Amino acid sequence: MRRHGSSTKDPAAHETPAASGTTETRRPDDVQQPDIGVLGLLRWAWRQLTSMRTALFLLLLLAVAAVPGSVWPQRSVDPVRVRTYLQEHTTAGPWMDRLRLFDVYSSPWFAAIYLLLFISLIGCVLPRCRVLWRETRGGPVRAPLRLARLPEHREVEVAATPEHALETARRVLGRQRFRLRPADTSVDATGAPGQATAYVSAEKGFLRELGNLVFHLALIGVLIGVAVGHLWGWKGDVIVPATRTFANSIFSDTQGSFDTLAAGPLVDLEDLPPFIVRVNEVNVAFETGAGGSQFGQPRFFDASVTTQDSPTAAPRNQVMSVNNPLHFGSTSVFLLGNGYAPVITVRDKTGKVVMREPVVFRPQDNNYTSTGAVKVRATSPQLGFEGIFAPTISDQNLRANPVSDFPGPALPGLLLTLWQGELFPDGAPQSVYALDTSKMTQPKTAAGLPVRIALRLGETKAIAGDRGTVTFESLPRFAGLSVRYDPGKELTLACSLLALAGLIASLTIRRRRVFVRVREQDGRTLLMVGGLAKGEDVRLGDAVDRVTESILEELPRHES
Amino acid sequence: MNPETLASYSNLSVYAAMLVVMLAMLAFVVDLAQTRVRTLHDASVADATAADASEAPAPVLANASSGASVGARPSSARAASDATNPADPFYPAGPVDDGTAAPVRRQWAGMGLSLFSLGTLLMLAAVVLRGLSVMRAPWGNMYEFLLTGTMVIALVFTILAMTRDLRWMGSFVSAVVLLMLGMCLVVYTDASQLMPALKSYWLVIHVSVAFVSTALFTIGAIAAALFLFKDASESLGVVPTKGLKGKLYAATPSAKALDRFSYSLHIASFPLWTFTLIAGAIWAENAWGRYWGWDPKEVWTFVIWVVYAAYLHARATTGWKIRSATWIALAGYACILINFFVVNKFFVGKHSYSGM
Repeated sequence: MRRHGSSTKDPAAHETPAASGTTETRRPDDVQQPDIGVLGLLRWAWRQLTSMRTALFLLLLLAVAAVPGSVWPQRSVDPVRVRTYLQEHTTAGPWMDRLRLFDVYSSPWFAAIYLLLFISLIGCVLPRCRVLWRETRGGPVRAPLRLARLPEHREVEVAATPEHALETARRVLGRQRFRLRPADTSVDATGAPGQATAYVSAEKGFLRELGNLVFHLALIGVLIGVAVGHLWGWKGDVIVPATRTFANSIFSDTQGSFDTLAAGPLVDLEDLPPFIVRVNEVNVAFETGAGGSQFGQPRFFDASVTTQDSPTAAPRNQVMSVNNPLHFGSTSVFLLGNGYAPVITVRDKTGKVVMREPVVFRPQDNNYTSTGAVKVRATSPQLGFEGIFAPTISDQNLRANPVSDFPGPALPGLLLTLWQGELFPDGAPQSVYALDTSKMTQPKTAAGLPVRIALRLGETKAIAGDRGTVTFESLPRFAGLSVRYDPGKELTLACSLLALAGLIASLTIRRRRVFVRVREQDGRTLLMVGGLAKGEDVRLGDAVDRVTESILEELPRHES
Repeated sequence: MNPETLASYSNLSVYAAMLVVMLAMLAFVVDLAQTRVRTLHDASVADATAADASEAPAPVLANASSGASVGARPSSARAASDATNPADPFYPAGPVDDGTAAPVRRQWAGMGLSLFSLGTLLMLAAVVLRGLSVMRAPWGNMYEFLLTGTMVIALVFTILAMTRDLRWMGSFVSAVVLLMLGMCLVVYTDASQLMPALKSYWLVIHVSVAFVSTALFTIGAIAAALFLFKDASESLGVVPTKGLKGKLYAATPSAKALDRFSYSLHIASFPLWTFTLIAGAIWAENAWGRYWGWDPKEVWTFVIWVVYAAYLHARATTGWKIRSATWIALAGYACILINFFVVNKFFVGKHSYSGM
């Protein structure tokens, strides 16, 4: 492919008489560029950018540039994997981060490619719109004098007068949905319709170019739809244990509000629709029939919920599932994840309950080996537990190698490791799912080991050091919900479908011109049909045949 | 019949299809081996016959004063010029085989086609039985994708071969199909139910169109690769006359006809792939709450779309040779292979249904 840098000698861009005339007098070190000025330079750059080969180059570049985002983890998709990757690759990682390899699709270089591509597209398509408009208004052109020079042409002798033959040709072409050029009524010197005027000119397939233009313009619409979604859209994720309630508001108390919330720059977060979702029950089933790699695969997943459009609205019972989200106006709530939220009760040494709540343990693998943190605020000093939960685990594994064997709750086990100290140092915000141990210490057993408590469902165990007891009360599941608002998605969809329709039109419809001329020779009437196509057209010959044969069907062929 | 029996019959069908397609491939190879490599003497004879054959349909249109060349259909003129390659069975008398010039009977190729059709039916049976055994569209894991994908390639080829002479392609397509059936055995997964994310009617819409599109791209890529081979020889002006290369050269249509065939397949497939992309986005919006999230599968579907879009642009760009454009089409097909074999298995994403 031609490089931009080397194309300063492009003859198309620089062919001026001055430049070619002074070639011989020019010394090698005194290269005189023709002075095209700033405007000329801009015009040249514009012509380069909107040229087909640049568009082609940018398309290929876009394809290549999109690939790294599928190879390396992306922050927009999975920020945890990015963090892990950076921890594991301390040398290359930061450099890759600087090159935005973990944010490929929001990186300046990716944006540069697609923006240039779209500018190129606009620069290419708009002039073509103008041309199409002119051609549509102008109608078919005059027929060339020598149809024999056209890529496809037939000549037949007919038993009819030239006028009758032309009239028939007009009728046939009209019937075949060709647009016809109005008959030329001018006459030659003798007063008869001259050779120059005795023709039919017809054209069809304007929809091809129209479809092509619609396709390209609709792609701009898709881009606008995506941009609208980024500017005015927002999304929030929240984990809700069964029997708990989520309120869609940034003002609700810490419990039951968003875990994460990402909003476009033009979103007013105080104005979210105030709906409420109570998760009644989460139902999940895993494969137990099939063996091999299918064993333990998720098979069924839904949640029964009670919703209210606003705190004062009437409650409704609904069931949501993976392909079946809840809708509140144009905001939708999707059921994306599930896991376990064991209800844990902690009593102090007097037996008073200091904590009793479902604690969310987030799955780390396909068998739902999960991690979480139990935070007991009401004691002094505060207690915290780092926990590992496994829905199905043997006694031996629970102590030695806490990895779950099956995602269903066949034999659930909980392993807690005790910490003590300040749970919320400086009151800084922290993750609900992990302990901040910077101001905590790890109490040790007599043997000098960390205090670990293994619990089965329903069990209560004493916390070493006369710190009270901890109970694994019950095992509700949680639902991972995602709340989304994307005001651009309808526009994006409409434009994509429009683009598809335009694409089909531009690839299936052929643009053809057909001309018919009639001449008399030695008392015979010779009718010539010529065809011309825009672009590649394998079937042009067939089309010309079809026209010729239809004319012949209406006009008896001259029997000789 | 209980599900296990149905599933085992489905597997038997796959084995039977492998055997039959292998026989079909052998028959096609024998046919290829029987191709007469043109000598100078043959050429003149063949040219003459080709010219005769092309004259036959021409008198439909009466010739006028300016002699044969005016009345004769230019398409037959094209056939005559193509007849420098006498064994151009693809377009024996112009772009459409209108039945006036029946292709020469070739026993082994005919046998190959019949066997291949039988193999296609067996694969169809395997897919249907598998679907019945789980009572759903059998598109839930890598094995099922591969099996159905192979079946659709075979089916599309069988249908295409009914409307035109594709015997020259038989050995290549059956080799590809056989290879894919072999891979089916490698990734075999027991019949079981779908994971929740796949339980949607969009599975049928999105995936079935993707199958047809991929099948068209596959056959298009085979034709494109043959075009590159043929074009390389033709542009050098050296007609290979010896060995496999000579046979292959003589057995395949002209570079121009190959390119036309390949281009029309790509043109048919590109809107289908666009539809796959859009349908996938609609489904993703329904299942995951966003229509586009740069999941690895989405990235590669997009990359494939962009590369084939580049191919179509390259065809329309002045100064770009068809050769170079065809390389882009093959790059697009390489992306399809990566999308299926690499992304499903090795990239972490939401499309991890390989079941491996």
